[in-house]
Amino acid sequence: MIEVKNLEKHFKDVEVLKGITTTINKGEKVVVIGPSGSGKSTFLRCLNRLEEPTGGEIFFEGYNITDKKCNINELRRKMGMVFQQFNLFPHLTVRQNITLAPVKQGLMSQADADKRADELLARIGLSDKAETYPSKLSGGQQQRIAIVRALAMNPDVMLFDEPTSALDPEMVGEVLELMKDLANEGMTMVVVTHEMGFAREVATRVMFMDEGVIMEENTPQEFFSHPKNPRLQDFLAKVL
Amino acid sequence: MNEIYRNLIADDRWKLILEGLGNTIVIALGAIVIGTIIGALLALMRVSNNRLLKGIALTYITIIRGIPVVTQLMIFSFVVFPPLGLSKLTIAIIGFGVNSGAYVAEIFRAGIQGVGIGQMEAGRSLGFSKAQTMRYIIVPQAFKAVLPTYTNEFVVLIKETSVAGYIAIRDLTKVSDMIRNATYNAWVPLLAAAIIYLILTLGLSQLFAALERRMARSDRG
Repeated sequence: MIEVKNLEKHFKDVEVLKGITTTINKGEKVVVIGPSGSGKSTFLRCLNRLEEPTGGEIFFEGYNITDKKCNINELRRKMGMVFQQFNLFPHLTVRQNITLAPVKQGLMSQADADKRADELLARIGLSDKAETYPSKLSGGQQQRIAIVRALAMNPDVMLFDEPTSALDPEMVGEVLELMKDLANEGMTMVVVTHEMGFAREVATRVMFMDEGVIMEENTPQEFFSHPKNPRLQDFLAKVL
Repeated sequence: MNEIYRNLIADDRWKLILEGLGNTIVIALGAIVIGTIIGALLALMRVSNNRLLKGIALTYITIIRGIPVVTQLMIFSFVVFPPLGLSKLTIAIIGFGVNSGAYVAEIFRAGIQGVGIGQMEAGRSLGFSKAQTMRYIIVPQAFKAVLPTYTNEFVVLIKETSVAGYIAIRDLTKVSDMIRNATYNAWVPLLAAAIIYLILTLGLSQLFAALERRMARSDRG
């Protein structure tokens, strides 16, 4: 589904990604972990070209998205993204947040989009918040709405960029629960996170990044019980 | 009491004052419309990735803001526009509009740049183009954020039109000065003009404040 070939990214003189090659298959849940500054968020943001790669190629469902001629807007509709800071639209109600993209891009009528928004809100137990503005909601509620806003586009893959890092501890659980549900439904997911429990429980593959390269990747069982790379051993010793 | 009657009512002076007030309002209204259009365009040029557009906008803003409005107005009136045969009032509207555009541009630019980068990224990640994200997500938030500064520009503009007399327009200030010349009374006509300006500017400020309170709803929910 996503094929990354020798991906490179540098900001001015700083090399953040030094040649990443990996393939993410349909239905996989890839969790990316690593110390801060390891390039894991940059890697994720390159996948839908929020960051422009400076080298290498990325293919999504057969299209080369690093090709300047590709229609990146159309491809992004199929790649949902969830941010650390939620990034809900503060001037719109919860319902409008969810329906804006499908309606304005001509994918759904307002009535259909509203119905879909209601279903999605019911699913996360926030039906009563449809007409509320984001500033009135808790961080956990905002992030769950940000997730269903992305789902409203019916994406083929969901990218999560540290979705729980800006949350108060008591709200982390509700967001992870929703992500687990998605995973169980078969959604393809790439998740950058520090939640080791989530990685262990949900991931089909865990990837350890450091200094701009993938140092190790494996099934969660192998990854956590028998880490081979000394940097990974060191990292796990610190976080577990 | 007699002096007030003589200065403000007698010899059709009330008509003159109304004419001045009308001209002041027409110039300010016309100029804010032109200024808003120019300002919006310049602001979008300033935040675009096109260096030529950016450069043009920056040059315009720098030049206009660096020259006193009354000098610009006289240049428009006596150098630029005479061949076109436009009325003085039209020239004043264009002149103040062109001037105000530079200030409005900076107000709008600050508003657009004040909206967090995360909003643009969220819009783009949902498949919107940059222009669509600006239209549906960035500009509505920016406009709300700058509304107080923007409406203040209108109030500033009303006061600035008081130099329109330099190009022989009978605005509120000019007519009060004409009355002073005719009656040899400085107090009454100038004070009357001052009070009218105050009513205009305070009234508008109140109106805009009410508008802002209504628009602030989504911040409080």
